[in-house]
Amino acid sequence: MKSFGKFLFALIALTMVSFFVSNGLRAAGELDKIKADGKIRVAVFSDKPPFGYVDENGVNQGYDVYLAHRLAQDLLGDPSKVEFVLVEAASRIETLQADKADVVLANFTVTKERAEQVDFAKPYMKVALGVASPQSAPITDVSQLVGKKLIVNKGTTADIYFTNNHPDVELIKYDQNTEAFNALRDGRGVGLAHDNTLLFAWVRGNEGFVTGIDFLGDLDTIAPAVKKGNTELLNWLNEEITKLTQEDFFRKDYEATLLPVYGESVDPNTVIVSK
Amino acid sequence: MLDSAISIFTSGRNMARLGEGLLITMRISLSAVGLSIILGIPAGLLMASKSKFWRFVLRFYLEFIRIMPILVLLFFFYYSLSKIFQINLPATFVSIFVFTLWGTAEMADLVRGAVTSLPKHQWESGRALGLREAKLNMYVIVPQAVRRLLPGVINLTTRMIKTTPFVFFINIPDLVKVAQQIVELAGMRNNLASVWVYGCIFLIYFAICYPISLFSTYLEKIWQT
Repeated sequence: MKSFGKFLFALIALTMVSFFVSNGLRAAGELDKIKADGKIRVAVFSDKPPFGYVDENGVNQGYDVYLAHRLAQDLLGDPSKVEFVLVEAASRIETLQADKADVVLANFTVTKERAEQVDFAKPYMKVALGVASPQSAPITDVSQLVGKKLIVNKGTTADIYFTNNHPDVELIKYDQNTEAFNALRDGRGVGLAHDNTLLFAWVRGNEGFVTGIDFLGDLDTIAPAVKKGNTELLNWLNEEITKLTQEDFFRKDYEATLLPVYGESVDPNTVIVSK
Repeated sequence: MLDSAISIFTSGRNMARLGEGLLITMRISLSAVGLSIILGIPAGLLMASKSKFWRFVLRFYLEFIRIMPILVLLFFFYYSLSKIFQINLPATFVSIFVFTLWGTAEMADLVRGAVTSLPKHQWESGRALGLREAKLNMYVIVPQAVRRLLPGVINLTTRMIKTTPFVFFINIPDLVKVAQQIVELAGMRNNLASVWVYGCIFLIYFAICYPISLFSTYLEKIWQT
């Protein structure tokens, strides 16, 4: 039995060693490091069309991805020099902190809590609340909601906003998006409040409904995020976004990725950052 | 309706993508199962041995793995190690490593159970024949224990295969994640996309796990002599 013990001990030791050998410490100077690697590692969603998704051919697509290719073009001179790290909403912060990606472009809404853990650059998109309602009885103003039933998702910005600002609106709360949208179809409420970006896409796919209110509540912004303290890359991103806003790049991005989903009826200025 | 279902799979490279996802799933789970069996047998023999030190160490290891959710281990080795010690391990390595940690612990306990269930006279007869510890294990104990192990090992193997979708949390696009990507995109046009795609995933998992279970029945039959 002793020989087994030694064998196991050696194996454990070997594993430990391989651990430390495979340890790749990142050099200082983030921009130089990205240039030396010849690729920028961007964390994006893989299942959130039209922002970040993988198409039928296995290629990353979407509003965020379109921007990622442009960043690679401007930093490395080639739009294809991006390595996409496919993340979940819950793993976006960890991915940056653990240095598994250089930038997160995954529809990342800027919040105070998040800003304590990662550094946000200038916004490249905005998101506000919207209210979807049946075309036959459209809700176009919050005053129409007083005393009526409004469908929201538990714990979302819509829930918080109406609870704090319009206590006279009766809220019906659901856990899942699908449940909430089904409730609207069944007429359990006069309207449904959610992120306007989500409603635009849903209304487009479901005839007989309109986003009567397309901009409501506190404006939230969506911005690229980098690891806390990664100032070199952050500064570069800020300059880049200023430049891209100047040349109206985000309108082009909108037209290429969001327009086909939202349709002509949506005003791009409710979603994108423009001059 | 069937046409729309088929079109989900035939559009673009969707079939090939599911295949690639399957390869990732299989590579991780089979590597981990293989390593777990190789490492679990000696570890289990040590657990069944008289050495107090090894019994304590392995008991501790087993209990630790048992109470620790796999997801926590994946997060720890993928994110935390990198954050705290700057040890930036590749995702595939982490997933095989964590699944092997889990498999080895469970395997060792299965081996311990199988070995201690053997009657004491097997050891005594072996020693009486003049066999040394290593040979006693190799020729007498292990072959008998393996038969008792089989159902447990098959159970462990299928559980490990079914748990691999967790690897998406460390950014590996496995079979289930690829399915989700297809569902989310096709679902914008086709309400039933999720039914078809997840139904297909169900069949794929069945096609992997059922033969393993058949193979074990076959082995039990031929060893029943």
